[in-house]
Amino acid sequence: MRYFLNRLGFLLLSIWVAVTINFFLPRMMPGNPALLAASRYQGTLTPGALHALELQFGVTNQPIWQQYLQYLNNLLHWNLGLSLTYYPVPVSQVIAQSLPWTLGLAGTATVIAAFLGTALGILAAWRRNGATDSILTTSTTFTGHIPHQWFGLMLLFVLGYDLHWFPVAHAYTASMTPQWSLAFASTVVYHAILPALTIVVPGLGGWLLHMRNNMIQTLGDDYIVFAQAKGVGPGGVMFQHAGRNALLPSVTSFAMALGFVVGGVILVEVVFSYPGVGYQLFTAVENEDYPLMQGLFLIISMSVLIANFLVDLLYARLDPRVRRAGAQS
Amino acid sequence: MKKVSLANIPSLRWMQRLLKNRKARVGLVIIAVFVFIAVFAPWIARYSPQNTNFGPLEPPNAKHWFGTTGLGQDVYSQFVWGTRASLLIGISASLVSTVMAVIFGMYPGYVGGWFDRVMSTFTNIFMVIPGLPLMVVAAAYVHQTSTLVLILIIGLTGWAGRARVLRSQTLTLANRDFVWAARMSGAKDYRILMKEILPNMMSLFAASLMYGMLGAILAEAGLEFLGLGNLTAVTWGTILYWANNGGAVLDGAWWWLLPGGLGIAVFGTGLALINFALDEVTNPRLRPTVGNAERLMRMWTALKGRAAMNTGQDGAGQGGV
Repeated sequence: MRYFLNRLGFLLLSIWVAVTINFFLPRMMPGNPALLAASRYQGTLTPGALHALELQFGVTNQPIWQQYLQYLNNLLHWNLGLSLTYYPVPVSQVIAQSLPWTLGLAGTATVIAAFLGTALGILAAWRRNGATDSILTTSTTFTGHIPHQWFGLMLLFVLGYDLHWFPVAHAYTASMTPQWSLAFASTVVYHAILPALTIVVPGLGGWLLHMRNNMIQTLGDDYIVFAQAKGVGPGGVMFQHAGRNALLPSVTSFAMALGFVVGGVILVEVVFSYPGVGYQLFTAVENEDYPLMQGLFLIISMSVLIANFLVDLLYARLDPRVRRAGAQS
Repeated sequence: MKKVSLANIPSLRWMQRLLKNRKARVGLVIIAVFVFIAVFAPWIARYSPQNTNFGPLEPPNAKHWFGTTGLGQDVYSQFVWGTRASLLIGISASLVSTVMAVIFGMYPGYVGGWFDRVMSTFTNIFMVIPGLPLMVVAAAYVHQTSTLVLILIIGLTGWAGRARVLRSQTLTLANRDFVWAARMSGAKDYRILMKEILPNMMSLFAASLMYGMLGAILAEAGLEFLGLGNLTAVTWGTILYWANNGGAVLDGAWWWLLPGGLGIAVFGTGLALINFALDEVTNPRLRPTVGNAERLMRMWTALKGRAAMNTGQDGAGQGGV
């Protein structure tokens, strides 16, 4: 319970920091971005919307703490302002439409990368310093450093434009309307294959190496020798004894992996014009749509922070030592 | 005559062992090639990277080894100059974030107490706030991002992971005997950090600097790809941006697409190979053979060294009396 409260406190604290960054960044910058944006959209905005925009970005005589409180209050009511690109659609609505695409794509790809990478890591550790190990580690070291946007473009080039195996853009066939049907689901999966592949392949290396090194570390421990002496077979030692224990540190490295994935997803969505939050962020930046940009940054950060929180809880379930240590700190 | 080698400088002994490692040697060769290209770019490039006088979209040929862009620039020359720019951005941003990591990780780790707790909570928060979106937002507020601003944005956002690594290493070193000895003798904090602690974590420091560099190069490429960097500069990132926006995929200009991304991936592989080797050097279990004998030898030499120092001091003391 104390561990839970500890993590919950950290979650709230980090969300607060993200919110505060979001508030202060535009106010710290030279030249007011909101004024520039407003002048670009002068014809389309109503006076009320213009005023709201000015308030949101600090073009007002109110003291800053009052602006800050108002900003927090708006957030609590999930009032993120109106998008300029899709004026007069509220930012929250744009987010609601794009977030599921990203969560689906990034979530599936991360799970696949984690499972596959971890399994390969166990294999590499088991055959350490052999041919399998060096082929696996060397090749995934290379793939692990491929920039997402470049890998996406290469897949698009070869499998999309050249061989016509996969669609080159969007999340589903344009002629279809989103619905719960098998036909629609299959077009969604078909469209998601290349973007997902672009996230999975560069992501494999990190999981593999992490697991491999943890495994080797674990295999040197006394209880492994004991298990072997006891007569446990190689498979049993590999998965039941070493694998399960080596898996634990991999869970904590999830935080870093997730940051990498989120950065990658944004670029991948831009490459494939995939209608998620990353693509919207790109649109917002291109159109100087600051309210949308702020809202998207907030929702992306919150998703990552919440995912981390859940992983922390999972970690504590898996390893009782963490619960006790966490309660003390 | 005393033989001068790395082995004679205790804090650099890891470097000597590093050079014996095959992975490290491959990695070092890769990095050396890139550094060579970066340093001698004006002599290696064949044309100006911005020169648009050539035929557009020429495939690789004798005149243009890597072909030409849609605007008729020489891709090879762009790659060479891009290597220089990307490496410079990488190392500068990495230095900025190293300073941040020392302020937020190493120094608090040494001082300890509530200051350390506050700073490490802050570091942990910055670690989970996703980096690229933060950089995107920061860069979007700054209009016409110059290379310098880009370096600052990358450096000031990407330090948290490294701060944590440096802090944990500092924590283990801060309570060692030699650090206490320095403290007792009245050495100043920054002196202890620089002269006692830092030399003992040089390998970690080097790895952290290298990884910061790689992260910065990747971040730069990402920001450029989203059109948020300095698009007038020629870097690996901008090459990729222009290839994408100039329709390299549609026109089938694979030669225009390849160099930027491949440069980053190969450079990253080189750094990672060195890093593996560093891991193997510092973590005996990851090494092909477990060096128990070697560990004993090291303990023995350490003991001998301490004994020699003690007798030396005793001797001096007696001489004084």
